[in-house]
This record gives sequence, structure tokens and C-alpha cells, in this order.
Amino acid sequence: MNIHEYQGKEILRDFGVSVPNGLVAYTVNEAVEAAEKLGSDVTVVKAQIHAGGRGKAGGVKIAKNLDDVRTYANEILGKTLVTHQTGPEGKEVKRLLIEEGCDIKSEYYVGLVLDRATSRVTMMASEEGGTEIEEVAEKTPEKIFKEVIDPVVGLTPFQARRLAFNINIPKESVGKAAKFMLGLYKVFVEKDCSIAEINPLVTTGDGGVMALDAKLNFDDNAMYRQKDVMELRDLDEEDPKEVEASKYDLSYIALDGNIGCMVNGAGLAMATMDTIKHYGGDPANFLDVGGGATTEKVTEAFKIILSDEQVKGIFVNIFGGIMKCDVIAEGVVEATKQIGLTLPLVVRLEGTNVEKGKQILDESGLNITSADSMADGAQKIVELVK
Amino acid sequence: MSVYINQDTKVIVQGITGSTALFHTKQMLDYGTKIVGGVTPGKGGTEVEGVPVFNTVEDAVKETGANASVIYVPAPFAADAIMEATDAELDLAICITEHIPVIDMVKVKRYMEGKKTRLVGPNCPGVITPEQCKIGIMPGYIHKKGHVGVVSRSGTLTYEAVHQLSESGIGQSTAVGIGGDPVNGTDFIDVLDAFNQDDDTEAVIMIGEIGGTAEEEAAEWVKANMKKPVVGFIGGRTAPPGKRMGHAGAIISGGKGTADEKIRVMNECGIKVAETPSVMGETLIEVLKDNNLFDKCKTH
Repeated sequence: MNIHEYQGKEILRDFGVSVPNGLVAYTVNEAVEAAEKLGSDVTVVKAQIHAGGRGKAGGVKIAKNLDDVRTYANEILGKTLVTHQTGPEGKEVKRLLIEEGCDIKSEYYVGLVLDRATSRVTMMASEEGGTEIEEVAEKTPEKIFKEVIDPVVGLTPFQARRLAFNINIPKESVGKAAKFMLGLYKVFVEKDCSIAEINPLVTTGDGGVMALDAKLNFDDNAMYRQKDVMELRDLDEEDPKEVEASKYDLSYIALDGNIGCMVNGAGLAMATMDTIKHYGGDPANFLDVGGGATTEKVTEAFKIILSDEQVKGIFVNIFGGIMKCDVIAEGVVEATKQIGLTLPLVVRLEGTNVEKGKQILDESGLNITSADSMADGAQKIVELVK
Repeated sequence: MSVYINQDTKVIVQGITGSTALFHTKQMLDYGTKIVGGVTPGKGGTEVEGVPVFNTVEDAVKETGANASVIYVPAPFAADAIMEATDAELDLAICITEHIPVIDMVKVKRYMEGKKTRLVGPNCPGVITPEQCKIGIMPGYIHKKGHVGVVSRSGTLTYEAVHQLSESGIGQSTAVGIGGDPVNGTDFIDVLDAFNQDDDTEAVIMIGEIGGTAEEEAAEWVKANMKKPVVGFIGGRTAPPGKRMGHAGAIISGGKGTADEKIRVMNECGIKVAETPSVMGETLIEVLKDNNLFDKCKTH
């Protein structure tokens, strides 16, 4: 799960990690009021969308007075920003962060991620702040320093200091930088982050260290114990079909094609998309109904697939293990009845309770094309949507 | 021989009184797995499916002499269940549970360092040695006893591969699902190493997917160490970058973890990669024939 920059900064502030003072604004008037309250010489007006590259797309402006704030807020609110992370359709700006400007001396990068190779959380830091870390990793990997963190003791002060010295933070600010890093690690662990990226981290004219930007992503699996983080979710930033799917614990991702897919298991769902593509078709979605699907869930899955107007046919590919074929079959029958499905439907069933499942489909009297294998099913649905 | 489990493996089921666990306990018993006990805190002294239930793993092990555990405990409590199995010094703990918070697994891995228990999973279908022992949620009937080892990050894709093999008369020595989470216990290299040493295994099929670099590392290991032919498949060629494809670990991020890169490295390391998931079985058979192993592996 993602949140906005201003929300991320509020969490950091709660943990004593230094960030510039700032307030969120939903309207131009709120933006001006916020700037008045902050009362700084320079105010930054920042578009809040769930994507990076906002600066380059014209979503970040420096205001020298309240009139500037009004002008920029007017300009950015409601604007559709297109960045390298939004896709060509862009994202509409509905919220602004009004923040006090700060006297930047140097920019750095600090980030926390899970390192899969070591199964540990790792802090990365670089003096190449402001640039994307992937780019730094590719061009100048020697400029990235890493500390692997033992979960029992957490990030230690010596590790934080070593990172700060390695990225050439001026020695008078090293203590503050280390404190910043220790706080950031605390946020990562206590808030169940999957990514915590500060780019840039800045040192200021008076020797301060603070987060100029903050990107916090969260582990979806841990949200049951992070109720306050869940409240920060902004549904405007997500695909409405993906939002609907998440209500039913379905794993759905919208794609560009016209063949709707309903599959159990993430690996098989990916492989089904690959196979459709192999036979010249285009999948409209990734959808894993999971192991614990009920008839109700399957019905909802069908409705979500069909809410995509591009869908011209559906391929159901089930290899039952934990998921029983008869449950899927009942769901398929129930959903087609409820919705009055007119599109071509190809169903391939295999695995736990397969005979019961096939029987339910046969006895339903519905117009369902059955397939003997994944390849057979993919070929059939590709042919049917032509 | 076989890998990790056989007809002598004595299994306890953690979380046995949950509905999913009950269903699969019955399936495992029907398959012939020696389920000797179950654990649900507070339900000790009762019995389900003819299996005695205990309050703690320690009690269950003491009373039954179990050496393996399968975990169906819900995600918020699953990490603790793995540690309880580890504390009881079981040889093997297989965790089926999905959606365990990753930070919990980081702690579990640290806890297990230097201890004797091998963890398989989490978020996996389990392990099966056909006609001897089935631990997990896989449909038993598709498996046939034989000489091909299967290792996979995906449950349903494992079934797909096994089904294709069995339909073509190629039995399996053991099939191991290592799970789709970014932090897991047993990895590809552990299983490949075990198959390499297993007299019953003549060839291996390895099924990966997008995300991370485990397949690349395993491919390098195969090139350096493996005495038996390995074929592969990678799911997610058509997956868009930056999107988590169901499994917590299946994500292309920062240009890393793409299917094409994995396939390239595997090919370079002498692993033949199936073009589509439908030809995993065929690809293996071609390789068996090239290595004069087909007759040996044709079991039925």
C-alpha cells in the first residue's frame, strides 16, 4: 500500500524524524491559509499523487509570497500530471502539500528495503541525492553504501554513523544524520513498511538534517495490525477495479487486453497470461482468487472482470489444491446466472474435487466451452474473442 | 530414497482444528501420511479425525515422536507457530499459511539460525513423496512415484508440471513447493542440492517466477555443481513492472527480477527453459531422451 508524501512525513514527525513543517491543502484557499500559518520566507507548493517525478512534470513550485502560493496552487490543483511513474494517462492532483522552504546545503539518498538474498532489512545510502537510486546503482554502484540489519538489535548507532561518514555528510551533522537513520528504521519496523525512501535527505545551512521527500510503502500482509496506516489509504489513487477486488481479498491487477482471466494461484495466473499471449491473445487482467475462495468471492471476481468494458471473453483456469473445483464451478454458475453472461466463457478445471466441479458445470445448462488443458483453453478463448 | 519426507515421516498438524486444516488432514490421512497428532492451544486432550490434539508442539512431540510439522495457523500467529516447531527440534516444518507479514519472517529466519529445523514455505503447497507421504495441500491423485524431482515457487504451477509428467508416464521422486514469499525457508539451491544427492532422482524440473534473483543464483549453482539435468520454467513474462502479481515476492522492481533475465541466465547455465507452461513436461522428456534417461524415468 502507498500513501502520500505529506502523510509519510506526518508519520516520520511522530517518530521524531526531522521533516520541514508543512500542511495539507485540498483547495486554493486552504493552500494560502496554510502558507500564512507556516509564515516562512519561502514556501514550497507540492502536488500530492502516488508517483515520483512530480518536480519534472511541473508539480512542485517555490513560492516567494502568498500571491505566488495562490497562483501555483491554482495552477497545480486539478492538473493532470504525467510522470515516468503515472503512465501516459497521468494522475489528477487533488491534494497539495504546503511546506516551508529550507536552506539546502547538500542532497543525499537514504532508503530501507528488504534484501531478499539475506532475508534482512537493509539500509542503503548515497551522496547522489535527488537521482533515482536505480540509476545510481547502474552508473556508479560504488557510491551506494549498505548496512544489513540484524532484527534482534535493529540498526545500530555505529552502522548509522558509518553510513553517514561513507556518504560524506559533514562531520558536524553526522550525529543528526545517524539519529535520523535510527528513527527511520524504527518507522520501517513499527509501521510494517516495505519501502522507506528519503530522496533527497538534505543537510541545511544551520547544520540540520531533514527529509525533503518521503516515500513510504507498506506491507499489505501486515495492515491488519496497522489500522491507522490503513486510514491513510487514498482510493482516488487506485484502480477502482483493484479497490473492489481488495474488498473480497481477491488479487486483481488491470491490464490492457480483452481476455478476462480468473485463475487460482499467483504462479498459474501469471502462466495463464503468458499462455494467452503466446497464442496471440491479450489478457485483460491478472486475477488470483486465492486458496480460500467461496462461491460469493468467485461471483464478485466475475463481476469485477466484467466491469472492464474491454473484456470480450473470459478464461477460467483452475488447478484445485486448497481450492476445490466444485466451489469454483458453483461460483461460475451462480455468477453467470446473476449477471446474465453473454460473452464467451472457457473453463478448464483440474485438481481437488474435479469430477464434482465438472458435473456442476455440465448440469447447469449454461453455454460454457470446456477445455482439457491450459494450452487448449487459451487457444479456445483466443479464437472465440477474434 | 527421496527428499525430506518418506513413509516413515511422522507428522503433526499445527492449527489442526481450523476448517482448512481439517479438510487437508483428512486428505493427508487418506493418502497414507502418518499424521500422529495435532496442535491447537486450548483444545489439548480432544481428538479430530481420530488424531489426538495437544496444547503445545512440545507436548505433541513428546507423546507421538513426530519429526515433522505442517502449519495451517492463520497469518497473524503463523510466525510464532514456526518458532514453536523450531523450539521443539522437529526436523522439518512446512508452513502452508500465506500473508505472513514480511518483518515477522525476517525475525523467524533469525530465530532459526543455527537450529536444526528445516523450514519449507511459508505460502507454499507443501512437500510430497508420491505413494509414501503427502504433507500440504496438493491434490494427491495427480502424483506418481518415480525419478523426477520438482521444485517450485508456485503451488498451482507445481500441480500443472506434475500433472503433465504423470500424464506422460513420468513419475516423481519428490515435489517441493518452496513458496512465493520474499523471505522463505528452504530455497531453490537447498532443494537442488538434495535432489543432486538423492539416488532416486534422475532429473529435476525447477519452476520460478518474476521477482528477486533466486532463479539466477540457483542457475549458477546448477552450472557449478549439478550432476543431473535440470529443466525450467519462469512465470510472468507478460507481467507489468512495479505490480505485485499475487505472491508477495512476485514483483519486478527497479528493472530487476524480470522473466527474460532469469530465462537468459538459466539458458546460459545449461538449464533448458520451457517456452510455455503447457510444455514443461514435454521439455523435460526431450532432455531425458537427450541424456538417455527416458527409459529409466518412464514409470507407468
